[in-house]
Amino acid sequence: MRFMLLFSRQGKLRLQKWYTATAERDKKKMVRELMQVVLARKPKMCSFLEWRDLKIVYKRYASLYFCCAVEEQDNELITLEVIHRFVELLDKYFGSVCELDIIFNFEKAYFILDEFLMGGEIQDTSKKGVLKAIEQADLLQEVDVSSPKSFFLFK
Amino acid sequence: MPAVSKGDGMRGLAVFISDIRNCKSKEAEIKRINKELANIRSKFKGDKALDGYSKKKYVCKLLFIFLLGHDIDFGHMEAVNLLSSNKYTEKQIGYLFISVLVNSNSELIRLINNAIKNDLSSRNPTFMCLALHCIANVGSREMAEAFAGEIPRILVAGDTMDSVKQSAALCLLRLYRTSPDLVLMGEWTSRVVHLLNDQHMGVVTAAISLITCLSQKNPEEFKTCVSLAVSRLSRIVSSASTDLQDYTYYFVPAPWLSCKLLRLLQCYPPPEDGAVKGRLVECLETILNKAQEPPKSKKVQHSNAKNAILFEAIALIIHYDSEPNLLVRACNQLGQFLQHRETNLRYLALESMCTLASSEFSHEAVKTHIETVINALKTERDVSVRQRAADLLYAMCDRSNAKQIVAEMLSYLETADYSIREEMVLKVAILAEKYAVDYSWYVDTILNLIRIAGDYVSEEVWYRVIQIVINRDDVQGYAAKTVFEALQAPACHENMVKVGGYILGEFGNLIAGDPRSSPLVQFNLLHSKFHLCSVPTRALLLSAYIKFINLFPETKPTIQEVLRCDSQIRNSDVELQQRAVEYLKLSSIASTDVLATVLEEMPPFPERESSILAKLKKKKGPGAVSGNELEEGKREGGELNGAGERPGDSSAIGASNAVRLHIPTHSLNYDIIYPPPPLFQSTPSPSADLLGLRSAAPVSAAPPSAGSLLVDVFSEAGPAAPAAGANDDGFLRFVCKNNGVLFENQLLQIGVKSEYRQNLGRMYLFYGNKTSVQFVNFTTTLKPVDPLVEGGAQVQQVINIECLTVFSDAPLLNIKFRYGGALQNLTLKLPVAINKFFQPTEMSSHDFFQRWKQLSQPQQEAQKIFKANHAMDTEVLKAKLLGLGTALLEKVDPNPDNFVCAGVIQTKAQQVGCLLRLEPNAQAQVHTHFPVRALGLESRPLGVSSVTTLSLCVSVVHHSFICNKCL
Repeated sequence: MRFMLLFSRQGKLRLQKWYTATAERDKKKMVRELMQVVLARKPKMCSFLEWRDLKIVYKRYASLYFCCAVEEQDNELITLEVIHRFVELLDKYFGSVCELDIIFNFEKAYFILDEFLMGGEIQDTSKKGVLKAIEQADLLQEVDVSSPKSFFLFK
Repeated sequence: MPAVSKGDGMRGLAVFISDIRNCKSKEAEIKRINKELANIRSKFKGDKALDGYSKKKYVCKLLFIFLLGHDIDFGHMEAVNLLSSNKYTEKQIGYLFISVLVNSNSELIRLINNAIKNDLSSRNPTFMCLALHCIANVGSREMAEAFAGEIPRILVAGDTMDSVKQSAALCLLRLYRTSPDLVLMGEWTSRVVHLLNDQHMGVVTAAISLITCLSQKNPEEFKTCVSLAVSRLSRIVSSASTDLQDYTYYFVPAPWLSCKLLRLLQCYPPPEDGAVKGRLVECLETILNKAQEPPKSKKVQHSNAKNAILFEAIALIIHYDSEPNLLVRACNQLGQFLQHRETNLRYLALESMCTLASSEFSHEAVKTHIETVINALKTERDVSVRQRAADLLYAMCDRSNAKQIVAEMLSYLETADYSIREEMVLKVAILAEKYAVDYSWYVDTILNLIRIAGDYVSEEVWYRVIQIVINRDDVQGYAAKTVFEALQAPACHENMVKVGGYILGEFGNLIAGDPRSSPLVQFNLLHSKFHLCSVPTRALLLSAYIKFINLFPETKPTIQEVLRCDSQIRNSDVELQQRAVEYLKLSSIASTDVLATVLEEMPPFPERESSILAKLKKKKGPGAVSGNELEEGKREGGELNGAGERPGDSSAIGASNAVRLHIPTHSLNYDIIYPPPPLFQSTPSPSADLLGLRSAAPVSAAPPSAGSLLVDVFSEAGPAAPAAGANDDGFLRFVCKNNGVLFENQLLQIGVKSEYRQNLGRMYLFYGNKTSVQFVNFTTTLKPVDPLVEGGAQVQQVINIECLTVFSDAPLLNIKFRYGGALQNLTLKLPVAINKFFQPTEMSSHDFFQRWKQLSQPQQEAQKIFKANHAMDTEVLKAKLLGLGTALLEKVDPNPDNFVCAGVIQTKAQQVGCLLRLEPNAQAQVHTHFPVRALGLESRPLGVSSVTTLSLCVSVVHHSFICNKCL
């Protein structure tokens, strides 16, 4: 996979993950162009399209578009399920996820994606495996959050 | 605020995000962000040391701002500090910031690498994973250098946790993709392959991506993975849907892993070992069987996962292309999908069938679905699906169904989306040519194409129909009749006029017997279109008219009258004017014999690759049209051209052919009418006659001297150039300036700085390696240079230039180097044109025009009228003329619209003074394109070379104006 984008119906980019080195300027251009193409498509159209030298696989969940760019020889259907599995992971973590969760906890969305995909390839397809890693981190986080407070208490 | 915000520790961040969301305008957002940036900056700069939590919060805010699309130029150091924190979340945010924001050239990379090193050796699996993620996300050369040795060890070590192994495998894959030379698998190969047997499915899933990539590059070394992959696949395929627990996805066992295993097998030929092969065929059959079973769930995820495996299995079957039984089964399965209610499946089935169509075992099976595919082309609502259907029709076409398919594609063209029309036109043209059994059908098809989608018929297509008609005498009469009929339409496309003009000019005599298409009727028909056509088409029609005079002497008075009228002979377009003048002269002076010789029927074209096929290939990018197809096209094209009918002539014709093909666009193209020079010599008429013609009508046989000079100059700078250098664009850019980028591709960038004084110059060339891999054996033809160019590095070369005498060709620079084993060879034109040696000369209006008038002999003057490619702005013009190196003389020309310049070209041998005048056309205001006239005059008569200089100057000026990148 070359990159993954999440953007809203209104064309606001919510998450971007690039798996090959790309200049900032090119990124912005590609995002703009691709959003236009995808947002212009009608609901019943197919989820795949050719764009530049890449294949685009996208799916809309509520107000959010999840959009992956994969190579010529990659499997479209399984990529569609990569998207779905990512949505499931977000859903499980946030508890029925909505766009706002991703806006306010963008860093969490990135962590979850990182646990799931690495360098554009699937790291683990097991929901349990991925969520275990994230929850472990959260556990550590809860401890952290309390520490500055206790520090103040001691003062 | 979201209802759920788990583990939310950063209130300040949430408040900030809320604020941004509440901003009503872009300006308000920028204001809020600037305020926040100022705040963070002061916090970071403040005397008070920040605690880890605050640092984390601010770094996270910066990251948010960056992701909104704003630039961030500080905070990197604080993020790096977070990496060495013992608190997981601080470290995590630090790594996230680095992954997103740090580029490989950063000064901080050493500090970052240090932190990563510490985490990798911490033996804390969560920290190790964070570090591996960071390496994979940044993936730079420096990181590869630092860690490519360490990561394989982590990957295969017995005591590494599974989660770390997964990260290590993919991290290594990323490094291998960016810097393959640094990842040396050698001793690890067999242990990595054996990860396919790992107990943990997650490890196998991650490792197989790495193994697939490595196998593609070194298939021999990783060969053992085939049998391991087959047995793993077999275990998954035969497992019950619940066996694999968490790795079962909507009742499908391990779909991702299955797809990846099938993909890995596509790196290899069918297994040689009979047992392994048998097991694999069994797996493929099981997968095909499962497609027929009722679904275990109604969820789309279930069917997607199941079909993902099915399509990957079909891809493997097609890749092997050796099991007729499986191929046909695959084809039948795809046939079912063609009518599936899921658009996605129909799309994929069409796509997959395209590859099946090229297999000899399944071609016939694919053909049975023709009706469904045609139906898809007509009824699919999504253009991308229709496109696939069109592709498939193209792929399944052969002699048996060509007429049907071409007819369907033609009728689809009438309503096809604009985005795909040009490609459709090319495809129809190719199929019509490739499978034509009778050429009247071919001619009909192409004329239909022009009628239906004239705007999308590229030059290649209509050149081709003319080539074929000329080469096949059995179709010429039919072609003449058909174009004549087509031209009767009140509104016919300009391309039709071109084809019509050409064909009637050549073969109009074949239908002239019928009073309904008598010579005069033909002429009047063509001429009725004349006024609606563009200049190139009119030029072509004028040539057709002179051919008419030869074919039908009775039309001579009518045509001469047309040529003689003011709108032709005084046409503002120099090309039309010249043709009118020359043809008129030719028709009144030359004897019938001479006319017949000069205006003889065009000889057959030599056998050549279909230019349309080449165009389609170019359009679709390499690989889109298989080599096979090209071969076939060539073979069949040859047959159809009837080449070899006149073998003796073929080389001579070959030489003129390039010119001929350029006819409609080239501004000076006499060859359309005159047979190529070698034919002049081979004709029986005495050469004295021909010479006589020349002296009698110098205007027509040989263009005026200045003009002919220009032709030479332009052919040097024009059509010949692509062979010489890949940088015409870059070269033109330097006509008016001295510094910039001369050439750039994905690997290499060449920058140039240069300065000139009198006849001397100095040029600095900068070769920049854009990749992260070093170039080896780097050489240039100029001077010795360091043979190693590191990734991201730049080497410099300085050369001194001396202009000895007037020259026309830029010196060539050849560069050779090896990149990842492949030899790269580039030939570029050095950006040195004659104008670089201009010394500006100031002079008064009086002086200027006195000299100007003195220089009135033909060899002292050259001029060119050309269209500017873009709107002309006085300031831009001035800047260009100054860039040319001459002095721009203000308030010298009485006409304020004109520009005059003066300068002396300095060479070692001589000095050539030049006066230059640029006259933008008066109607300039209306159009973006306007003719410009440049006059160059030289003050010291210095023989032939000075004339060349003039033409060169004019050509340089011309180029500087057609090139919109000059400034």
